[in-house]
Amino acid sequence: MGKDEAMIELIDVSKSFTLHNQGSAVIPVMEGASLKVEPGECVALTGSSGAGKSTLMRVIYGNYLAASGQVLVGGVDVAKAAPRQILSLRRDTLGYVSQFLRVVPRVPTLEVVAEPLLSVGCDKQVALDKAVGLLKRLNIPERLWTLSPTTFSGGEQQRVNIARGFAHEYPAMLLDEPTASLDAQNRETVLSLIEEAKHRGAAIVGIFHDLEARERVCDREVNVSDFTPGLAA
Amino acid sequence: MTPLLQVKGIEKRYGARVGCTDVNFDLYPGEVMGIVGESGSGKSTLLNCMAGHLEPDAGQVIFDTRVDGPVDTVTMSEPERRMLSRTDWAFVHQHARDGLRMSVSAGGNIGERLMAVGDRHYGDIRDKAVDWLGRVEIDASRVDDRPSAFSGGMQQRLQIARNLVTGPRLVFMDEPTGGLDVSVQARLLDLLRGLVREMGLSAIIVTHDLAVVRLLADRLMVMKSGHVVEAGLTDQVLDDPQHAYTQLLVSSVLQV
Repeated sequence: MGKDEAMIELIDVSKSFTLHNQGSAVIPVMEGASLKVEPGECVALTGSSGAGKSTLMRVIYGNYLAASGQVLVGGVDVAKAAPRQILSLRRDTLGYVSQFLRVVPRVPTLEVVAEPLLSVGCDKQVALDKAVGLLKRLNIPERLWTLSPTTFSGGEQQRVNIARGFAHEYPAMLLDEPTASLDAQNRETVLSLIEEAKHRGAAIVGIFHDLEARERVCDREVNVSDFTPGLAA
Repeated sequence: MTPLLQVKGIEKRYGARVGCTDVNFDLYPGEVMGIVGESGSGKSTLLNCMAGHLEPDAGQVIFDTRVDGPVDTVTMSEPERRMLSRTDWAFVHQHARDGLRMSVSAGGNIGERLMAVGDRHYGDIRDKAVDWLGRVEIDASRVDDRPSAFSGGMQQRLQIARNLVTGPRLVFMDEPTGGLDVSVQARLLDLLRGLVREMGLSAIIVTHDLAVVRLLADRLMVMKSGHVVEAGLTDQVLDDPQHAYTQLLVSSVLQV
């Protein structure tokens, strides 16, 4: 893949939901969505609440099935790929920092953060060292590292989730409000992590309600209302 | 890459009733697949057909054997299939007592499977048994106790140790966390996930617990009335279910 080729590219993507148990209502939520993100670039999704920012992120990650169009990530069409291809794409290429931490209960925080590295075959000690570095940068106190994050506060869980999301250096990343509910110092750390990821060539799509953060790390904005059926003229 | 298991057109009927029909999928090394559906949807029938406990009326279950490559296990001889189920396959029953010998010590339960594949040195067998008790978090001092003296959760962990000691490549699990209280379930999930990653296991897990499949399974198959109504990536099937039944299933889960 050449330097100027897009890492993430959506071509004329549409998405609708069919609610079989509610009179088979068909709700179109996205039409004609096109987007191109090159390596080292960060694109912010904007639009009012309910316009479809999270929907678009999920279509890229593959947990929402696109109704039509192409969703290319690192050359793989997520809209049509077999589960096995999407799994390997998520393991190696495409990272997702969601707003919610979902983990197996009882697994210590350190292992939760190191897991993405272990699953790409990274040496255990190297993975744990990297996890330690990230947890320190994100101010998670050392006494919590051996505990499961399930009992942590909302802000702590959010930071563990970010540490986990940045452990492996994914070439493509999706960030869902990465700075929400963080204090100034941790927010600064997260913004530096994003800048470092861009610097090493990661293509990033993000939702940032934090305007200052958006202006600092994002190169462009894409208003998803343009893809909302009935809204775009 | 060759699939570890290829299931083609599996059908099982009980008289005029359909147990399961027209089931097709490939499972690759290291993948964990969940099968969900309500009681009576055919998921256990399917699991038992794949594991050789039931003879399907039609279809193939092709397993990539170490020596001969892909072989249809439905048509292989009974001794061959039994050898496979003692070596490369493992089956974790919902009720641990179905998978354990209740009158034999914990160590004996683990050792028996080793002896079945030719281990003869008593000291080695005992060492491996103690090692595996440790891995499933059962204290080594319990090695000579019978499973009847164990709690339900411990019995389930012992059953898993007994199954995994021979280093299988494919594990069939029938409701492995069913009937256990939630803290024990969490412990078992953590254990299973660790074992799957460290040993590179593939697994097929039948359950009705959507939270369990979300955490353990990469892929998901949804069954209703013997048919596969939906299949795909676990989070895609759960977050964006396409079939009416899956939508009902997902929306019926109680939030905690």
